[in-house]
Amino acid sequence: MPTEMIRARGLVRTFRRRKEVVEAVKGIDVDVAEGELVAFLGPNGAGKSTTLRMLTSLLAPTAGTAEVAGYDVVTHPEQVRARIGFIGQGNGGGFSYKVRDELHNQGRFYGLAPDVYRSRAATLIEALELGGLEKRSVQSLSGGQRRRLDVALGLMNHPPLLFLDEPTTGLDPHSRANLWEHIAAMRERYGMTIVLTTHYLDEADSMAERVVVIDHGEIVADAPPDLLKHEHADDVLTVGVASTDEDGVVAALRPDVVGGGEVDVTRRDGELRVVVRTAHGAERLPGVLEALRAAGLTVTSASGKQASLDDVFLNLTGRSLREEAAA
Amino acid sequence: MTTAASVTTAAGADVEREAPRIVTRSGPGKLLADTWAVFTREILLTLRDPFTLIFSLLQPLIFLGLFGPLLTGAFGGGLGAPGAGGASTGDTLQWFVPGVIVMICLFGTSMTGSNLLYEVMTGSYERVLATPLGRSSILVGRALKEFAPLLVQGVIIALVCVPFGFTLYPLPALLGLVLLGVFGVGVGALSHALALASKNREWLFWGVQQSLLFPLLILSGMMLPLEAGPAWMQTASRFNPLTYMVDGERLLFAGRLDDPKVAWCAVAAVATCLVGIVVGIRATKKVV
Ligand SMILES: Nc1ncnc2c1ncn2[C@@H]1O[C@H](COP(=O)(O)OP(=O)(O)O)[C@@H](O)[C@H]1O
Ligand SMILES: [Mg+2]
Repeated sequence: MPTEMIRARGLVRTFRRRKEVVEAVKGIDVDVAEGELVAFLGPNGAGKSTTLRMLTSLLAPTAGTAEVAGYDVVTHPEQVRARIGFIGQGNGGGFSYKVRDELHNQGRFYGLAPDVYRSRAATLIEALELGGLEKRSVQSLSGGQRRRLDVALGLMNHPPLLFLDEPTTGLDPHSRANLWEHIAAMRERYGMTIVLTTHYLDEADSMAERVVVIDHGEIVADAPPDLLKHEHADDVLTVGVASTDEDGVVAALRPDVVGGGEVDVTRRDGELRVVVRTAHGAERLPGVLEALRAAGLTVTSASGKQASLDDVFLNLTGRSLREEAAA
Repeated sequence: MTTAASVTTAAGADVEREAPRIVTRSGPGKLLADTWAVFTREILLTLRDPFTLIFSLLQPLIFLGLFGPLLTGAFGGGLGAPGAGGASTGDTLQWFVPGVIVMICLFGTSMTGSNLLYEVMTGSYERVLATPLGRSSILVGRALKEFAPLLVQGVIIALVCVPFGFTLYPLPALLGLVLLGVFGVGVGALSHALALASKNREWLFWGVQQSLLFPLLILSGMMLPLEAGPAWMQTASRFNPLTYMVDGERLLFAGRLDDPKVAWCAVAAVATCLVGIVVGIRATKKVV
């Protein structure tokens, strides 16, 4: 029987800046069960950090309630804080401090006894490849090393629930992959529930078991990545056919063959280019090729492209997350 | 069919998992332990940087050594200083030393927020806020970090001045330093709040800090006696908590506990401290 780690209802947060009112989060309902790994995906300014800050008791909601690790974030913030780890968008280590000192300080902030925080710090230094850096100042670390220190800081209290706000933003691809390995290893080791935010599509797709898509302060979808892609975007099959008989192609690709998908035929370089948009493209492709052959048509090429989370975002919001991230 | 056995997936028997040891303290013990944890983290940097420490200890002595003789010469004729009428160096020091100690307290603790500006920008302040530390402990611990070196500075200044005719009354002077500590925590908390309100606008923090510091200093009679000033200045000084601090500290350093001004000094210290902490906690809750 999985226990609920997060139960949020109608979370709203507005900011007032002079006369301008910014509705950063407009009513979020979300439940997270113990053991889940959930990614909040959305463009910059979508309200991801604001949501995380409310769930971690750092920011009071304008409206709504949230129970995190069994406690209400507004009425029992210290109980919540004792049970969670929070790795914010910035760097947690004080820049002038030494790596080990900050880990020990963090342990003391959680009220741990010296022998406990010393051994935990030693274990985390080892596990997160920070060995040899214990006496280095935080500012002398590389971006990837700093982020690993942030993870270590977030784990000093052995939280059953860990929040990470854009853990890999700003890291090079190698460090990103490395950090992910560490997060996955720590999850195995401590059996944590993890909630993180990202605007990297590939990351949400490959790492998260559940993706919560946020746009303009609202949840627009919430499901495992594969399900999101099946429901909100189509795979694309592209087949070359050595023929000019467009009607013949369309007739061959009956709705049951393409799973009710959309068929688009264009002339190109003296042959036909057939584009089929459908869910479960990989399973449909053999049938499509078979149907074309059965109709006496010669297939010259075939390729398939899986739906991506960017397609999902595009279909849900009319905008491309990839382009927004690049802008 | 969900059986109990089917749930052992995430945390199987072979997973090296230490049960979370949630420590939740409460009450005055927590307040003290949290404040101590914050203070010791902050003071670590001061202790790790001995050159700055030594320099900061010497600075007020240099100041005193240059200012003292001038003051004896210029105002020797007595302008409200306790040793009025042909003041000796000792009399001048007796009047001037407590003022210098209050001044370094004000300078130091009003800069509490400046380290914070940087920590807010990098994100380490947010990490500290996400821990169960009491919010008031964060304020007080940081302010005490600025005050601790001042305590040492104050003692050194007082001791160095003894051979030059300064009389040290240890117990009243100690009480004076304690009251100054209470006052300093309040100033530190206000500086903390100012830093949070300024966020990444560093100029705003320094602008406000500087433009408040000097009027407060001058209108407290700390460096120059106010008795010679115009009436409006004397009136304004009555609304300046620093005036009560300076007056009280002068009496305490002169070994006098019986004067009601000492009680007013304590009131000013406690009031500043309370206002500072209330404003500081509000700022902490609002900004992040
Ligand atoms: N402290 C604040 N004051 C005013 N506006 C804010 C504040 N924090 C966030 N916002 C605004 O709220 C919106 C959501 O921000 P944020 O939660 O940081 O988005 P994300 O993390 O998804 O990039 C943005 O429009 C941002 O400008
Ligand atoms: Mg963000």
